[in-house]
Amino acid sequence: MSLAVLVLVALASIAIGAKELSLEQVWHGLFKDSGSYGDVVVGERLSRTVLGLLVGAALGLAGAVLQALTRNPLADPGLLGINAGASAAVVTAITFFGVTSLNGYVWFAFAGAAAVGALVHFLGGSRGATPVRLALAGTAISAALYGYLQAVMIMDEAALGKMRFWTVGSLASATTSTVWQVLPFLVAGTVLALGLARPLNAMAMGDDTARALGAHLGRTRALSMAAATVLCGAATAACGPIVFVGLMVPHVVRSFTGPDLRWILPYATVLSPVLLLGADVVGRVVARPAELQVGIVTAVLGGPVFIFLVRRRRTAQL
Amino acid sequence: MKAPRNQGARAGQAEQVEQAARAEQAQRLPAAPAGGFRGRTLRTGGLSVRVDVRASAVVVLLLVAALAASVVLIGTGDFPIPAADVVRTLLGGGDAGQEFIVNELRLPRVLVGLLVGASLGLGGALFQAISRNPLGSPDVLGLGQGATAGALVVIVLFSGTARQVTAGALAGGLVTGLAIYRLAWKRGVHGYRLVLVGIGVSAIVTAVNGYLITKADLVDATRAVVWMTGSLNGRDWEQVWPLLVLCAVLVPLVLSHGRALRTLEMGDDVAYALGVRVERTRLVLMVAAVLLTAAATAAAGPVAFVALTAPQLARRLTRSPGPNLVPAMCMGAALLVVADLASQRAFGADQLPVGVLTGVVGGGYLLWLLVTERKAGRI
Repeated sequence: MSLAVLVLVALASIAIGAKELSLEQVWHGLFKDSGSYGDVVVGERLSRTVLGLLVGAALGLAGAVLQALTRNPLADPGLLGINAGASAAVVTAITFFGVTSLNGYVWFAFAGAAAVGALVHFLGGSRGATPVRLALAGTAISAALYGYLQAVMIMDEAALGKMRFWTVGSLASATTSTVWQVLPFLVAGTVLALGLARPLNAMAMGDDTARALGAHLGRTRALSMAAATVLCGAATAACGPIVFVGLMVPHVVRSFTGPDLRWILPYATVLSPVLLLGADVVGRVVARPAELQVGIVTAVLGGPVFIFLVRRRRTAQL
Repeated sequence: MKAPRNQGARAGQAEQVEQAARAEQAQRLPAAPAGGFRGRTLRTGGLSVRVDVRASAVVVLLLVAALAASVVLIGTGDFPIPAADVVRTLLGGGDAGQEFIVNELRLPRVLVGLLVGASLGLGGALFQAISRNPLGSPDVLGLGQGATAGALVVIVLFSGTARQVTAGALAGGLVTGLAIYRLAWKRGVHGYRLVLVGIGVSAIVTAVNGYLITKADLVDATRAVVWMTGSLNGRDWEQVWPLLVLCAVLVPLVLSHGRALRTLEMGDDVAYALGVRVERTRLVLMVAAVLLTAAATAAAGPVAFVALTAPQLARRLTRSPGPNLVPAMCMGAALLVVADLASQRAFGADQLPVGVLTGVVGGGYLLWLLVTERKAGRI
């Protein structure tokens, strides 16, 4: 069922765009590529769609893992500043080290994501971290990094052109090579995260119970953090910081699967791309002939969800 | 810790509650004085006023610092003027060239800086007092973003004049503020819920701003981006007047509610029992704080983190609990002018907007604040 929805959205993402194409042209471009204008458009959209699928899955999965790890319903890679860390590291790499290829700066993205992840963990307090503390730590880090980004962009005019796209997440610059470059990292992160469902389930019952059930707390925490870092870092390196995807989807999924992570994680993997691609399609349609970056659309969609979660009783007991 | 001595105060029931609450607050504050409050009571006939000597000294010092920095700032630029000449020109005694440069070009810029800093400092102090949280500042809540959105709507959709942009920023800030208040209200405003709702709203509004920028044509977009960097470059008298009028109205209004705010900091129930109309006071003060922040944003663009840091620094200098409204105001003015001076001296005239400098420094300060708050076990 979820897979069917995903396929539909993926098709929509290929068919709908700033340039209007008939379904026939889309079909032609997909299966009988002859190098015509329409075929090229379809090719571009195809790589964009595939990237959206991968990045969406990565963000949703990272969000689900982070929410389980921190036992915090408001955890989201964007909100915790992990994506901002990755993008600040990438901007540093581009400006000060002259790194230009995705293969080069993806490592900087990992380093940035990992550093911020550790910092948030430290600031929020590893034990008994309240949702407020984590959210505030994330906001503070994002704000400081944003100031840094702004300073870099203003001091270095040439950098501004290259980096505008880093401040808002976008799928627009996707190419086939981008997809191939991030694919191994995303696959590795996804496998790692899916494998963590069982120990994370145990940890949901509290540290003591989890230990009694035979889970390795330290190892699970470290592996979860590593999975989230790889997923967020690679996703950000590919398309810039995108907020709220990792926040929304796990909550939607939890509402029909219940609290078992063995169901939540796969469903989040499948449904997050639906959200991301859907948002991307919306962004292409509403501002025709220009496009709206997908990061903007997800923020507009996700903000109300976040406020709803904050207002809801269970979360509001802070 | 000894209970604070409040010399010359009558020991009524209310005072006892107040003292107990203050003592509790003083215990939690790292910078609280060990021996209570150094109040000095002045009496003339039937009237008596308690003066906090340290706070007054801090206010005077900050004012002197702000004015000194302003004079140096007026003298700084492509055409340097010695400080003595600046003062003489301001008092009406300079030659024609200096008079033009000082009064027409640089004075408005410095005045905007002083006023923006003061309004941001006061607005921040109000918000932090209302949310009972040092992190509940307009920067974190996204009010600056809201005002930015209002201004952008005017710039991008209507290509409005400077005055209309000001009005737009005020409206945007007000709408955002009310939305946050409305969304955070649920049988009273809980401090942390306010902050979290603010974070959510600010994410949405930031996205809307991004949308507006992409939608704009090139001329409008350039104008919007220049405005959005939070800079004092090229401000003239047109920006000074609306801000000055607003400050003249709002500052006395806010200060007259200072006592109620002080009571409000002890918690809604205590304040209610002491006869403060909790929701009304809070609404009035929040609207005032929103307007102050929005007006400052309209004049100089979103200058980050002055509203967050000024009240905190002021509080550490005066070492007295409570909102510290006047010290925060003076601290904001001094901070902004000094930051502008620093960015001009370090990077050359008009190179780095002051908002970037305050953003980086303030962001770092925010992180430090989080660490210390955590150590104190308050969040």
